[in-house]
Amino acid sequence: MSKIKTIKKRKTVSAKAGLGRPMLGSEILVEALEREGVEVIFAYPGGASMELHQALTKSKQIRVILPRHEQGGSFAAEGYARATGKAGVCMATSGPGATNLVTAIADAYMDSVPLIAVTGQVPQAMIGKGGFQETDFFGMTLPVVKHSYLITDTNDIPRIVKEAFFVAQSGRPGPVVIDFPKNLQQQRVQPVWTNEIKLRGYESSPKADDVALNEIIGLIEKAERPVLYVGGGIITANASDELRRFAKATQIPVTTTLMGIGSFPETHPLSLRWLGMHGTAYANWAVSGEYKHRANTNDPIEKVADGADLLLAFGVRFDDRVTGKVEKFCETGTIVHIDIDPSEHNKNRFVQLPIISDIKYALNRLNGMIAKRPIAKKFSTWHAQIAKWKAKAPLRYSVSEEASRSQHITEHMVGKENEVILPQMVIEMLYELTQGEAIITTGVGQHQMWAGQWYKFSHPRQFITSAGLGAMGFGYPSALGIKVAHPDKEVIDIDGDGSFLMNVQELATAHIEKIAAKAIILNNQHLGMVVQWEDRFYAGNRGHTYLGDPENMKQIYPDYVAMSKSFGVKSERVFFRKDLRAALQRMLDTNEPYVLDVVTPYTEHVLPFIPAGRTVADIIY
Amino acid sequence: MRHTISVLVENKFGVLTRVAALFSGRGYNIDSLNVAPTHDPKTSKMTIVTRGDDATLEQIVKQLNKLIDVIEVKDFRDGEYIDRELVMVKVAVNSKTRAEVMQVTDIFRAKIVDVQPKSLTIEVTGSEGKVEKFLDLMVGFGILELTRTGKAALPRN
Repeated sequence: MSKIKTIKKRKTVSAKAGLGRPMLGSEILVEALEREGVEVIFAYPGGASMELHQALTKSKQIRVILPRHEQGGSFAAEGYARATGKAGVCMATSGPGATNLVTAIADAYMDSVPLIAVTGQVPQAMIGKGGFQETDFFGMTLPVVKHSYLITDTNDIPRIVKEAFFVAQSGRPGPVVIDFPKNLQQQRVQPVWTNEIKLRGYESSPKADDVALNEIIGLIEKAERPVLYVGGGIITANASDELRRFAKATQIPVTTTLMGIGSFPETHPLSLRWLGMHGTAYANWAVSGEYKHRANTNDPIEKVADGADLLLAFGVRFDDRVTGKVEKFCETGTIVHIDIDPSEHNKNRFVQLPIISDIKYALNRLNGMIAKRPIAKKFSTWHAQIAKWKAKAPLRYSVSEEASRSQHITEHMVGKENEVILPQMVIEMLYELTQGEAIITTGVGQHQMWAGQWYKFSHPRQFITSAGLGAMGFGYPSALGIKVAHPDKEVIDIDGDGSFLMNVQELATAHIEKIAAKAIILNNQHLGMVVQWEDRFYAGNRGHTYLGDPENMKQIYPDYVAMSKSFGVKSERVFFRKDLRAALQRMLDTNEPYVLDVVTPYTEHVLPFIPAGRTVADIIY
Repeated sequence: MRHTISVLVENKFGVLTRVAALFSGRGYNIDSLNVAPTHDPKTSKMTIVTRGDDATLEQIVKQLNKLIDVIEVKDFRDGEYIDRELVMVKVAVNSKTRAEVMQVTDIFRAKIVDVQPKSLTIEVTGSEGKVEKFLDLMVGFGILELTRTGKAALPRN
């Protein structure tokens, strides 16, 4: 059962195995990172990691970016990883430096992102003594890591780093922590470099057998209403091309999860966009069926049209934000679930055909089978039904009565009521001005959902968002990491005022490191998503969801334009629709960090909306 | 339902914590846990007795398998495995009861490993059923202290 894996070496690195020259532990770690092809690390120094920073100053390969908060650095590393598929690396000192990484580690765990978090640890003799800046970081991060290491012997460093990168990047990717006591950083040994990985308990690339895959073909041929429900697994596996070929050959409509956005072009006629709580009504109907709208949740459910009779769930995990009440999700369909992680099978939703496989391999095989024996069915009745649904409930917005009565209008827009900017308009216009080619990041909340709805994504790794954990403050630092990986691409954080403020200090990183990531703040002075729930379920009672200055509500607070200026970052504020296009264009024309503060009413709700734990029968659209 | 799971793990730093954290983090209860190195000092064998329905057990096994340091997981079905547990129990005795305790000990092929004026320490090994039956009988005499290894199990083939 023992498996030995040899890693292909990545580009220019001198990956010669064997005995090296005597080096400090810190230098061994840095060289080990170099051997893994690391080109950038987001690292904030401190007492227990300064040895590593000393070693990094001598590296010719690794660019060290100094974030202004460890959380910003770790989100930037995640952005880099999500945009490239390569492990992102962040580093912090022991204690508070390390604890500030925990959110990003948990985020990477939820969204299966390859992240390497290196932390300094107090000297071994101080461990367990309550030393200055000591925390048991290995223990603290156990529930949110794919794997972790506490270095206890300097000679282990080459093996540990090699394993860490392999584990983080292979199979279902995830975060790996390397905790490194200071005394070992300072110890001089002769490292033994290795290119071999021996992890007998770890299978990284399971492959479906042909019998199971043939069964899928049989199910497709028997189906009348098939739907592809695909997720982040497609993007992780770099299987978007294979998915496109499969969808085209089978003519099966495709809906994605939030993590799967971009895995299939949203402008394609087969695209249903994304599904779930704030997904399109037609995607949800296509999966679970259309029901007569009921005024009261106690009223009986009345079906109008059937949903999928075959659901091909590829690289997804039946998250509650996707399924709503899980037993009602695609209740009458046969579900095929292909995933690389067997623990996802039957975890949230019982499925008829679970298949353990790398999805790229499975899709390739399926495409090969279909090429030899094409699917005869065209599903034309099904496509007609879907076209009807798309026409019935497209994504839409309008200036609501609430918006025109809102404090935003009465205090800022007097005489210019028609010039109000709705958040959806901003994103729609940005989509147009960037020809749909920008990489978009988000914070968490209403703006995140609208960014997913109103920007149409055609490429994998183009929509980068904290989906599973839902970590506010993710948007701007992750945009920095992406811009570092893709300096030639336009990278824009569509953010909310709440989320943006959570890591606003990273404007300093952007300015000093000359990273031209842009941010659009959809500034409604509120925590919009919570406000939406308050409006729907708590009679509009505000539970600490106002972010402005209650004593001076007329003034936008805080002043992001002045704040950006203090960071040396260009910024402007827009109130009126007539100014929006030009302002967006000025932002796009700028080749440096930029913050565009767009003031919007807080009265907008994200629609469609399936309330938590409910079914598609209760969709509001 | 009770399940007996055997887990072969790398004998590495933190592996017991990982397994234990997996149970607590998902709200699974451990009834007993036995762990020690195997004939290969690089690996350890854990025998875990846990409770849950089939879906819970399926998740436990899969989640255990996901841990990098876990080499193999076996979920034993009834009759497919042999299990033993070692219990050391200190029983209160006086001149009237000492002989009776010794007699019962003898019947159960248990061993007296320490004798004190007012107590006997008895080592009993066996399957769950035998051990429980023996302990039931000892309750009447007065159990002063007890420690048990938890179940250790091996498959029949």
